[in-house]
Amino acid sequence: MPTGKSSWAAKVLALLVKDLRTEYRTRYAVSAIFLFALTTLAAVSFSLGAGGLPAHYLSVLFWVILFFSALSGLAQSFIKEAEAKTATTLQLAADDDVVYFGKWTFNLVLLLGLEVFVVPLFLILLGVEVSRWGLFTAAVILGSVGMVSATTLIASVIAAAGVRGALFSVLSLPVLLPLLVPLVQVTEYCFSPGVMESGITEIRLLAAYAGVATTGGWLLFPFVWRE
Amino acid sequence: MVGECRQLSGKTPLCGFFAFRGCAICPYFLPIMATETNNASLKDDPTLVLEKVSKAFGPRRICSNVSLELKTGDRLAVVGPNGSGKTTFLKLLSGLLRPDGGTISYLHSGRPLDRGSWHRLVSLVAPDLALYDELTALENLRFVNKIGGWGKTGAELISLLEDVGLKGRESDLLATFSSGMKQRMKYAAALVKTPPVLLLDEPTASLDESGIVVFRQVIEKQRSRGICILATNDPQEARLADRQILMGR
Repeated sequence: MPTGKSSWAAKVLALLVKDLRTEYRTRYAVSAIFLFALTTLAAVSFSLGAGGLPAHYLSVLFWVILFFSALSGLAQSFIKEAEAKTATTLQLAADDDVVYFGKWTFNLVLLLGLEVFVVPLFLILLGVEVSRWGLFTAAVILGSVGMVSATTLIASVIAAAGVRGALFSVLSLPVLLPLLVPLVQVTEYCFSPGVMESGITEIRLLAAYAGVATTGGWLLFPFVWRE
Repeated sequence: MVGECRQLSGKTPLCGFFAFRGCAICPYFLPIMATETNNASLKDDPTLVLEKVSKAFGPRRICSNVSLELKTGDRLAVVGPNGSGKTTFLKLLSGLLRPDGGTISYLHSGRPLDRGSWHRLVSLVAPDLALYDELTALENLRFVNKIGGWGKTGAELISLLEDVGLKGRESDLLATFSSGMKQRMKYAAALVKTPPVLLLDEPTASLDESGIVVFRQVIEKQRSRGICILATNDPQEARLADRQILMGR
């Protein structure tokens, strides 16, 4: 059977580079994600001001901003392929796992890029002090991986549907809810200087969710993509 | 490591999902050791076998109990009026759709391929398939080359563009191309993998006279490469094939 010469990683990288290049030239997903994040961040900071808000509320606000920003943009990579009729080209050009992990990597780069921009702004504008940076960084990274794994598969499902916007939110919310609960909890620990909880249980939960969502997405993707 | 699943001889692999390419832990993993072997296998004759294939969309029957066998050098024309199901038939052959009944199999080195691997054999040129407008002509070919791992050099890709009459346009974005130039680009992209099976849907759509010459050269060369199937309602194009299937009867 004909097989390619490039390694699997090189093929995934090729899809990532293609997506980054087209994104750089069109700003298709970036503008949706960043504008949503900036607008909500500005609205929250102007109405609440810096300081004074309990850590629990700050933690909820932080993840609400990131969650809905992610929802507004992470589906675009597949939707764009479907709308531009390039999805068929991709189906006939690449192995299923290459497509899944190429899109997964692109979405992760996009979300981490958003976080590099949004997290410092959130901390500055709302006057939040992070007491445990290591735990906070681990939570943000694991939360991002979990979010990206779930939304990449859901995006591939809704790309073939007619009412894409509504369907993405409807499908994503129940899938991402088990991720958001420990995320909010562990972020609250990081925003509360006096709290003694280690947060290890939540981090384990987040790691398990990320692992299950990534593996599940990888295994289910061929059925979604080819059927 | 490159390899494939030994179980994929018309059966579901042990893992229940698909071949674990590169997963040497799997007891059914069959490594392909040398690149030379891969290139040689590319030239192996594929055989396309259809057995009692049927497809319908609700009450509308596209095809019923179609059986045929095609080997390297065979050219088949799928003819019929608009809406008769020619495009659907090509989608069945490319693995983009599943038949309701019967089986479609590609035999390679005597073994049937898993449907998830058909894309390594098949190239499709069709109106409802597009390349990336945001990339240049050469970037598009580089992408198809890299993601499929076909190992073509930059010079070979530029030569492909020359073959389809797009010399000097390699650095232009596809968004600036006319529909005829985009059709030529689809031919170039389809030929990146030197396909053992070439499926052409409305092959001369938007092409000018020199484009039609390119199309004729492509299908002439395909005779030595493998199978060529074209869906058309142009009798002149249909005559280029050795056999015909009439759809919509």
